[in-house]
Amino acid sequence: MWPIDRRQRQAGSAPSAERPLIIAGRAGSRRVVTAACPAAQGFGLRPGMAVARAQALVPDLRIEPDDGPADARALERLALWLLQRVAPIVAVDPPDGIVIDSTGADHLHGGEAAMLEALAGKLALSGITARLAIADSWGAAHALARWGAGTVTIVPPGGADAALAPLPLEALRLPAAMAAGLRVLGFASIGDLMDQPRAPLTRRFGAELCRRLDQARGLASEPIAPLRPEGLIEIRRAFAEPIAAPETIARTIGKLVVGLCEALAAKGLGARRLDLLCSRIDNRTETLRVGLAVPQRDPARLTRLLCDRIVTLDPGLGIEIMTLTATIAEPLSPRQASTLLDEGAPDLSGLIDTLSNRLGPRAVFRFAPVASEVPERATIRIPPLAEPAPVAPDLGAWPDHWPRPARLLPRPEPIETMALLPDHPPRWILWRGIRRHVQCADGPERIFGEWWKREAEAQAVRDYFRIEDETGARYWIFRQGDGEDSATGSHRWFLHGIFG
Amino acid sequence: MPAAHPTLADLRARIGEIDGSGSRQHGVLPFGLPALDRRLPQGGLARGALHEVAGGGHGAVDGAAATCFVAGIAARCQGQVLWCVSQADLFAPGLAQMGLPPERVIHVEAGDDVSVLAAMEEGLRHGGLGAVVGDVARLSMTASRRLHLAAKGTGTIGIALRRWRRQADASDFGQPTAAMTRWRVSELPSAPLPVPGIGRARWLVELIRARAGESFDLELEACDGTGHLGLPADVADRPATAAGGQRAFG
Repeated sequence: MWPIDRRQRQAGSAPSAERPLIIAGRAGSRRVVTAACPAAQGFGLRPGMAVARAQALVPDLRIEPDDGPADARALERLALWLLQRVAPIVAVDPPDGIVIDSTGADHLHGGEAAMLEALAGKLALSGITARLAIADSWGAAHALARWGAGTVTIVPPGGADAALAPLPLEALRLPAAMAAGLRVLGFASIGDLMDQPRAPLTRRFGAELCRRLDQARGLASEPIAPLRPEGLIEIRRAFAEPIAAPETIARTIGKLVVGLCEALAAKGLGARRLDLLCSRIDNRTETLRVGLAVPQRDPARLTRLLCDRIVTLDPGLGIEIMTLTATIAEPLSPRQASTLLDEGAPDLSGLIDTLSNRLGPRAVFRFAPVASEVPERATIRIPPLAEPAPVAPDLGAWPDHWPRPARLLPRPEPIETMALLPDHPPRWILWRGIRRHVQCADGPERIFGEWWKREAEAQAVRDYFRIEDETGARYWIFRQGDGEDSATGSHRWFLHGIFG
Repeated sequence: MPAAHPTLADLRARIGEIDGSGSRQHGVLPFGLPALDRRLPQGGLARGALHEVAGGGHGAVDGAAATCFVAGIAARCQGQVLWCVSQADLFAPGLAQMGLPPERVIHVEAGDDVSVLAAMEEGLRHGGLGAVVGDVARLSMTASRRLHLAAKGTGTIGIALRRWRRQADASDFGQPTAAMTRWRVSELPSAPLPVPGIGRARWLVELIRARAGESFDLELEACDGTGHLGLPADVADRPATAAGGQRAFG
């Protein structure tokens, strides 16, 4: 699908059902379809079909010539985009794949499942049809992304064999002739091959077959050569003797950072994201990624951020090469340090960098108002140094004529009440096993569902009350529904927040 | 009246220099309420120190009144506020109504108490913040001493908002810490209104412990839109009928 997606992204047009798109390439002397858009596939066009036949089947067909090099270049740009966002080690897996080493990067995105979900969402928004898989090895992930059952597959560690067994032989990245030869011998799936004696297979098909099989099962290593784009600022140090002690690593980081900052200063740039790649002598790469809230090239600060995280590096038997790259660099112009005027707001970027690299980038945030009456949708988390998005002044701030609680429960908790319908506050509530008698109350404040967001909310109503019990505790409770019409809600009561 | 007598005040300052409570060089943040400020050692909440606030009764778990009390203090500080929590249930519109608008608060969501304390210490050491608040359950002597020293170095106010998962754990509040003051804020029934509805919230603010000061308790009205506490009219003027009426109903 990549060539189709690329052309549609370039043209900026959504796929149209009227004019299906196919890509035509050459196989020997024949012109064949190499890719077809979903609309064309709906008409029965398949890759490998002769173009003349496709034209006969669908008269109003858009045909674009196959352009492999341009596809590869675009794929590399996509890989670069992923490199800046997802993980430090990303490589192109031609013709239509990208492989990411997510070791040590998934927790920054909230776990593997959350990472894949976010990634699939981002790609879908950019108009890219993607299939994603996470597995122990490149080979297994490659096979499951292309041949797996769903569009998103997550294989738990050690589960690669079971996941691979039902897949067809083509999933092993074998030449077509070899797969055909295996089929003649009666092998249909990867599972059939796993238990076979290896010597006859190797004798007949060469070492390639067993190598691919081992790579997919994670028995043979397959290092990923990371994508290094042109113009990337990178400082590399190779050691005569492998290093492993944290102090030595810290010292080396200090030297690398100084070199990197000089290179950044020469270009007038500041780093927004740093990647430290440590090649171990057993041919594995340990990575460390540090993000910054604003562009920086202060060696002391960058060194401190990197050295804070040394504990997460596993040097194994020793590190022989360390590479520091500024994966995202942005222009940074020198600023005047002090003026005669008032001092501006103190610079908090250092503190925010330290905290967000220690706790994860999502853990440090600021709230911004959202124009929504529904309490749980009234706030959005924004990066701590971001300017809040400009909103209309009458919609921007929260309403201040109704009191809002200081603590809002993560989700409303059901309570039992005794209340007069339709618009009286309850006489008592039973929350977490304790009965509280309502002494006085304010309300109702009616909040209507946001029908433009969800169809189900078209009729929904919540009536909020502020109540005070005999000890003085003040709660924010609501009734689902307006108390008269059952279409507006279930008329059950919930406790949503606690006032001070 | 601790600060009234010059000799006593001078003695206190010298003791403060010796034991390192260190409020002298950073000054204090007054509450703007003479009835409260008069009873505090230097006429306000010491800057460059750690303070502890907890809720009374159910407030030990939900911490709502304590949150509003702390938000009012933070609102009256200059500059940004770092608020570290381990369970994310702060409601920004509610804080904004206490005078702490969302653009002044940087929230940190740390997984556990240890991370919250580490984040607080980082914030106190930075020095560019107005106040650093952290929701913590356990606060050991060592941890509080670290926070207090970090605050003393920069002059930032540190506030440990003590909040426990269970009501029974609240007995932990009796353990000694290095905090400068220790407050307990409990909700009281609001002043009765002539119409149905809830009046301005009232709290029982107890100063349980104050270094170089005496403890007291006071009935106050909750923070207004600028973070200032109020003195209830019946306490301020004490008309005989209101005081008598309350007793009769109690």
